[in-house]
This record gives sequence, C-alpha cells and structure tokens, in this order.
Amino acid sequence: MTPARAEAVREIFRPGGPADERTLLSTGSDISQAPSAGEVAADRFFRAATMAVAWFTVFLVFWVVLSIGRQALPSLRTYGVAFLTDTVWDANRNAFGILPAIVGTLYSSILGLVIGTIFGLAIAIFLSEKFLATGLDACLAFLGLADNAWFASLPSRLENLLRITIELLAAIPSVVYGLWGIFIVIPIIRPPANWLHAHLGWIPFFGTSLSGPGLLPASIVLAIMVLPTISAISRDALVAVPPKLREAAFGMGATRWEAILAIFLPTAATGIFGAVILGFGRALGETMALAMLAGNANVISWSLFSPANTLAALLANHFPEAGKPEVAALMYAALVLLAITLIVNIVGTLILQRAEAGLKGLR
Amino acid sequence: MRIARTTAMPIAATVAGLILAGLSLHRGWPARARLVSEAQAATTLQGTGATFPAPLYQKWFTEYNKAHPDVEVNYQALGSGAGIKQFQQHLVDFGASDAAMTDEEMAAVPEGVVLLPMTAGSVVLAYNLPDLTQPLKLSRDAYVGIFLGRITQWNDPTIAKANPGVTLPDTRIQPVVRSDGSGTTFVFTSHLSAISEAWKSGPGAGKSVNFPSAVAGKGNPGVAALIKQTPGAIGYVEYGYAIQTHMPMAALENKSGKYITADLNSGKDALGSVELPANLRAWITDPTGANSYPIVTYTWLLCYKKYKDPQKLATLKAVIEYGLGAGQGFSPDLGYIPLPPNVIEADKKALAGIS
Repeated sequence: MTPARAEAVREIFRPGGPADERTLLSTGSDISQAPSAGEVAADRFFRAATMAVAWFTVFLVFWVVLSIGRQALPSLRTYGVAFLTDTVWDANRNAFGILPAIVGTLYSSILGLVIGTIFGLAIAIFLSEKFLATGLDACLAFLGLADNAWFASLPSRLENLLRITIELLAAIPSVVYGLWGIFIVIPIIRPPANWLHAHLGWIPFFGTSLSGPGLLPASIVLAIMVLPTISAISRDALVAVPPKLREAAFGMGATRWEAILAIFLPTAATGIFGAVILGFGRALGETMALAMLAGNANVISWSLFSPANTLAALLANHFPEAGKPEVAALMYAALVLLAITLIVNIVGTLILQRAEAGLKGLR
Repeated sequence: MRIARTTAMPIAATVAGLILAGLSLHRGWPARARLVSEAQAATTLQGTGATFPAPLYQKWFTEYNKAHPDVEVNYQALGSGAGIKQFQQHLVDFGASDAAMTDEEMAAVPEGVVLLPMTAGSVVLAYNLPDLTQPLKLSRDAYVGIFLGRITQWNDPTIAKANPGVTLPDTRIQPVVRSDGSGTTFVFTSHLSAISEAWKSGPGAGKSVNFPSAVAGKGNPGVAALIKQTPGAIGYVEYGYAIQTHMPMAALENKSGKYITADLNSGKDALGSVELPANLRAWITDPTGANSYPIVTYTWLLCYKKYKDPQKLATLKAVIEYGLGAGQGFSPDLGYIPLPPNVIEADKKALAGIS
C-alpha cells in the first residue's frame, strides 16, 4: 500500500470523518476503482490460459483413446468379439485371445482390493478415532506425565508418524514391490498354501499347489500397494464427519463401537467408497509388480495358487518385441483395459451418487 | 495494481508450463540435447538390440572408449526385436539381434544390410533341486517332454533313465520361461523344433511362443529369480547369466547321444560343426559334433551397407574390428564363446564391403 493510499484510508476512518457508507459505495473514490486495462488483460489471459490447459488435458485423453483405437482397428476387424473369449495368445500363429488376462486382471484386482480395504479401513478407523490416545493416556497418567505438555501431544504425534509411514508405502517403486514379493512373500506363503492344497484341495480356491508366482502372492502385494490410497482417503473421510454428529451420537449414549459402526462409517461411506474405487483403478493398471508375481501364464482357474496373467502385464511383456499383427492385438487389449477402467469408474460414480443422496439429511 | 501483482505469479507459472510443454512436444528438443553430448565426444555411435550379448558389447565399448576417448558408443539392450525395428527405421547406427534378420525384414532396409556374427553363446537349462548333489542329465525326450508339459514329476521314468543311481525327488516340475519376446527364447525353441516333431507342430519356434504349463519371468533376471525361488523349477537362461548367478545347469543329450555340459569347449565344438553361408546367417539348431553342446547360437550385429557420414563409417569399422580382434579375448570370462578364426575372416571380408 502506498503512503498516499494509507493516508486516504486513515482520512476516511478518522473519527468524525466523512460517512463510510457513502465513500465506499461511490465508484469514483480512491478505494474502489475500475480495474485498469492491464489488469483486465491479465485477468482475461489467465482465464484463457487455464481454460486452454484444462481442455488440453481432456483432449489428451481423447487423443490417447483415438490413437490406440486406430492402431487396434486391424485386429478389431480380424478377431472381433472372439478376441475377448479366446484363451490362447500365440504370436507365432497370430492367434490372440485375452480371456485369461481379463479374468486374471479382475480376479487379482478384486482380491487385492478386498484385502487392502479390510486393512486400510482398519488403519483409517484406528488413526481417526483416537484409539492410540486411549491406551497412551492411561500409560501417561500412570507415569504421572499426563500434565506434561510434550507428553500430552504424544498420541497425536504418533498418529501423524503412523499416517506418514503408511502413506510412504505409495512412494515405493513397483519393481521393488515385485522383488519383495518374489523373495519374501512367495517363500512365506508357500508352506501354508501347499498345506491348504493338500488338505482342502477339493475347495476350488485351493485347487492347485503354489509353486512360485501366482494369484495369491500377486494379490497380497497388490493389497499393500493400494493400502495407502485407501487408508489415507478413508481417514480423511472419517475425520470430516461433522463434530455435531459425533457429539450427538455420544450424547445419546452410544458406545464407541456403536458410534463408529452405526454413525461414523455410514456418514463417511461416500469418501470411503471413493477411496476403494481409486484403489481399484490403481490395482487394474498396476503392471510391473504383477508381471513379476502373477506368473504370466494364460491360465483360467479358481485356484488362488494358480499362475495367472493380467492385461497390463501382457502389454508390458509383449510390446517391445511385437510384430505388426501382435501390436494391433496388444492395442486391442489396451482398449479393453481402458474400457474396464472406464466401466469401473462409471459404476463407482453412480453408486457414490446414490450413497450421497441417501445421506443428504445428515449434513 | 494489487490484483495484477497477485495474478502475476499464476500467469507466470502457466506461461512457463505451456512453454515447457511446447518444448517437450517439439521434436527438435531431444536432437538439441544430443548435440551437447556430441560436442564432448567427437563421434558417437548409437546402437540398439539384443540383451544376450549386451554384457560383452558394453565391455567392448567402454574399453574402446578408454583407448579412444573421442569415440563413444551407446548400446541400449532393448531386445532383438526392438533392435531390428529401430534399425529398420534408421533410428540407430547399428542394430543387434540373436535371431539375425529374416529376408523379409532385410528387404525393408533400402540401402541393404550386412549381418556380422560378433560372438556366440549357449543357452542352458538351469534348475532348482536342492537335494540333488550331482549334475542332472536330461535326454532329448526328457527336456522336450518337460517343456511340452508331458513330464510333470521329477521322478518320472524318462528322467530317471538318464540318471542311474540318482534319487530324484517326487516334486512337481515347474517350467520357467521368458515372458517377454526374446532372442534366447528364439534360440531355445528353434532347437526344440529341430529335435522334436511334436514341438514343431505344437508351440513352434519364435521369439515368444505359447508355452504350455509354464510360468514366465521378464528377462534373464526374472527367469533366474523364479528358478531360484521355486523348488522343482527348470528354465532356460543364457550360459553367462547362469554362471554369474551360480545356478546348477543340466547336461543335455546332443545329436550323437552324449550328455554334454555347457562350457567353452563344448560351445566351440558346436560352432565348428556349422559352415556359414555367404550372408553369414546360420542358425545352429542342432549341432552334429560328437562333443557339441546342443543349444548354441551366434549373435549378430546389423549394419547398413552404406553410410552417409564417412567419419561414422570409419569409426564403426574400427570399433567392429576391435571387437573381432582384441574384443574376443573378453568372451570366455563373460560366458561367451570366441568366434572361430574362419568366421572372423568372413566378418572382416563382409566389413570391407560396407561403404
């Protein structure tokens, strides 16, 4: 603010000065003035620039879909719908079918998502509902440290530490997850998996033995990969439950569990569901870790221990060395993966809207 | 002017973003970036191709660069298929491939192609049978049957017959193969097609084939990791890689019925059993020598018949001559088979034809 302007402001608010209302309403005063030509130009340019960037992003999506679609066209014509139901991928004979990859993608993603959601939601509840504080406060009171300012803030600090640690999982590269899965997860789950197969082999889920890579190790690693997404967004949703709802729930005599299960979770359901859909999207597109852990075998099986294939892994594995007809088939597979992701997102949004409508009165 | 000042930042940011986006979309950008590296080294050669000979090639190119600091050779091991593709599109100065190039692929290069076998190597079957103390012997029926999915247990009589006195475990056999298209797969499946009618009419030969009942890992490291982590696994990797990772390798029955372990001598023997044709392209699908290891291949450098830049041509010739001469000395340590003298002579002759 220039000294001249400050002087003007002081003049106006001087006790017994000119009436404030009149000064403020009149357009010709020192305080409110029409924007200069430069300001108008800058404003217009900024608006145009943001709009251009926004449209460019939309355009990019269409561009990607279009260019993939154009390259997929030859195989769309040749293989048609049979491409989705055939089970053999043999570049030597130009026989391409992706049913095992579709099944494997959905199976591993859903399994990973179920495991990831159970753990992610548990973490979100633990971190948002002051569970950590309950135990720690008792300990601190016992040690006589409850009144100490530093120790009193310990629970929330620990909560932050835990939250950041879990969110850090998202920063680990996919390849590292894949290697960790091969060298740690598979050896750990092999004995129990083979015990299950030996004793409960008649259940389709345990129908084969686990030799190495397979659906279960892939799904477990996938679950860890989607965990940060699910826990972070679910926690935000739970923290955002209106305080008046919380107070009302406890005021009516609800126990903590009743409040969490009957009030907080349903209220935060929209956000939690959004988290799950986001996690699903990530699981569907995850490539490297799955290419390393799923076994890349074109097998359709109910068994959790059977090797499998996924669309993203198929693309990653075959693209670099593919000839013309195979590239077209791979583009077709990419298009199918895009379509699956799109359908998941649309269905998710629809369910989300419905859930939101049902909860309108709560807000 | 308060508004102008607060909007200045986002505007500047947007403009900077747009310029950056524009720059990176612009094709001239990477070319300009390359100019910088070319200023440091007088001549830079760019090559792409097979992963199989990559360790040896990298060794050559770094050693050559040490002796001639003004020459820099960039070799990217993206795979034989990628090598052929980029070579056809003239994105590189030379390519490399374990499967050479087919006549059809060569026809797509208008100025003509010279194929130069630069080194050779064996493909071995590595396995994971922790209780086995002596090297496993696999007959032709056995290893074809395993990869066809017909032999599923390690104590199968077909395997036991070749290993008298050895207690084979009652574990399931888990074949491990390459998930990505690869020259190693091409060499292995070409051999299987050559020795087995059932394989030829079944999965066939190619850089990526439809293996029944196998799990697949990406690249040699992926296959090696799966074999090491899976008791009862068997899979094919290149010899040098198996040596480096200390995996046990099976002795394979060759054409004359002998069980041969992969090493320098058995590889040399296999190379000696094949006469190279005029275009220097020969696949050794089933060597005839009595002591030949059965799965051996040459690997080729792909050069254009004509180069526009005389300096590049001279450098390329010098680098290749180095590889054919002193470079061959690195082969045994890295698990490759040095070229027989007659092949080196043929290479030099072909090299002289490049202009």
